[in-house]
Amino acid sequence: MSSFDIMFYVIGAITLFSAATMVFSKNIIYNAIGLLFAFFGVAGIFVMLGADFLAATQLLIYVGGVLVLLLFGVMLSQRITGLEMRTGTLQIIPAAVVCVGVAAILLRMFWMTPWQKVEVGAPQPTTKSIGTLFMTDYLIPFEIVSVLLLAALVGAAFIGRRDAR
Amino acid sequence: MRELIETLHNSQTFFADLPPAILTLIFMILGAVFFASVMAINALVAVYAERKISAWMQDRLGPMEVGPRGLLQTLADAVKLLLKEDIVPAAADKRMHWFAPFLVFAAPCAAFVALPYTREFVFANFDIGVFYVVSITSLSVIAILLAGWASNNKWALLGGMRAAAQIVSYEIPAGIAILVVVMQAGSLNFNDISLAQAGGIHRWFIWQYFPFNLIAFVIFYLATLAECNRTPFDLPEAESELVAGFHTEYSGFKWSLFMLSEYAEMLIVAFVGAALFLGGWSSPFGDSFGLGFLNKGGWGAIWFTLKAAFLVFTQMWLRWTLPRFRVDQLMHLSWKVLTPFSFACLLAVGFWMLI
Amino acid sequence: MTPVGLTHFLVLGAILFCLGLLAVITKRNAVTVLMGVELIINAANINFIAFARYSDKDLDGQMFGVFVIVIAAAGAAVALAIVLNIYQRMRSVNLDEADSLAG
Repeated sequence: MSSFDIMFYVIGAITLFSAATMVFSKNIIYNAIGLLFAFFGVAGIFVMLGADFLAATQLLIYVGGVLVLLLFGVMLSQRITGLEMRTGTLQIIPAAVVCVGVAAILLRMFWMTPWQKVEVGAPQPTTKSIGTLFMTDYLIPFEIVSVLLLAALVGAAFIGRRDAR
Repeated sequence: MRELIETLHNSQTFFADLPPAILTLIFMILGAVFFASVMAINALVAVYAERKISAWMQDRLGPMEVGPRGLLQTLADAVKLLLKEDIVPAAADKRMHWFAPFLVFAAPCAAFVALPYTREFVFANFDIGVFYVVSITSLSVIAILLAGWASNNKWALLGGMRAAAQIVSYEIPAGIAILVVVMQAGSLNFNDISLAQAGGIHRWFIWQYFPFNLIAFVIFYLATLAECNRTPFDLPEAESELVAGFHTEYSGFKWSLFMLSEYAEMLIVAFVGAALFLGGWSSPFGDSFGLGFLNKGGWGAIWFTLKAAFLVFTQMWLRWTLPRFRVDQLMHLSWKVLTPFSFACLLAVGFWMLI
Repeated sequence: MTPVGLTHFLVLGAILFCLGLLAVITKRNAVTVLMGVELIINAANINFIAFARYSDKDLDGQMFGVFVIVIAAAGAAVALAIVLNIYQRMRSVNLDEADSLAG
């Protein structure tokens, strides 16, 4: 059981436990904190897979951006009468059946498929290569994504504005 | 740090029997304990310095009673805070109220490890060092929001949301200003950036590509001042407006954690500014006059700390000189002044480098 | 136990995906549904990066991962703007009550 294995199990346990908190807790802020630690766990998994730039991007954008946005959304969409924000769950039996079924299919497929064996070397720093790829092979998606971000910025600002009714 | 572990593992001492994984774990724990104590000592020194500096600027003497010339004042304050009763509001969420201060303490503690203290020994020599520090400091936003919410107090919540909006808005000009320097150094690694500035004061990045790097430094300094919630941007914790903002309902040890992390954040921001713009561990004399030994070993840490201490002194100077911004003036400054200027600097330096 | 390989990362991604799916299907609050969607997107991202590591197409998976993160952030921003707009009109973010377009 090498240290890599132990790290994987620890980080995986943190991620799964936080995701379970996120799904099964009734308090909406606990959902958000569970999501926070799930994002941290995923960033740890990225580091283990040798994607250092992507791990830092995950932390910066998801924890520092999306989660803050979600928390603001939670706080601005509750009537602040106290801390009794209970979220209910509907039809949990059919949902559980569907999810367990999907999980079973996916897991069976992953275990049964003979994946190609590849020799993995030590993880290399990826920032320079990603930057070069952005400017050579992936130039068009890069430009399109920047236009998409501009559209999302303008659209979100327009949709979320407070009308003077 | 990997080389240190290799050397220990191959040596003839008793460390050779331990697998490298255990050695790495021991070093990690030691490093975490060391940096947590650095944070505590920094708070001790910084609070005393702030009270003395503010006193001298206001033509008075500051703490003089406790210890010789008031040197033990912060120690007395720390003992008082530890002995205070820990009050949690009755209707507040106890677990979150307990959790938020520790999260806000963890963020600066994690950022300390990536900074380049000396040329030879960096505790964690990440190739994405700058990016890592920027992304870890965005963790404190979540902690502040949680602290404001968990207090079950309108003013704490308002303070928390204002602080979060302020920090998130000012991360953008700070990031673009950092990009200006990273573009010139060609790497996100702190040690490479410091190496690119080694060789004397004329090679520091703040004087290159004049005046754009200077403008970038000013933008970085102001933006990070706002990120630490320091005056003139300290509306979230303004005593005269919001009681104490997001840490209104915290007392004793938990409040001291908030204060500790604010001073630690100031120090980190000063360290990053010193590393990116003022040369990091390199001495201003360079290798001329036979003073090349000032670049090596422990001298690097001394120069780095001196530069960061000067930046912290300037932060305290600004705090006691300038009045506070209103919240809409704050947002106007970030989005309509600092961000366009930082983009203009980035474009200008980019063109200049190509010509 | 076999040493940790590609399959372990894929299994982790699959379980995260199913947890996110559970959140999307069962939760009543719109913001919680959005949190579930983010979890699903992260699980898919783990899948991409795991394949980037354990195959010979080295950085393509990581490029996809960067684009996934960017697009997910943009989607979350617009979705939250819509949720806030709904809250301003209906004073509630209960998804069951947002049925004025139903027949």
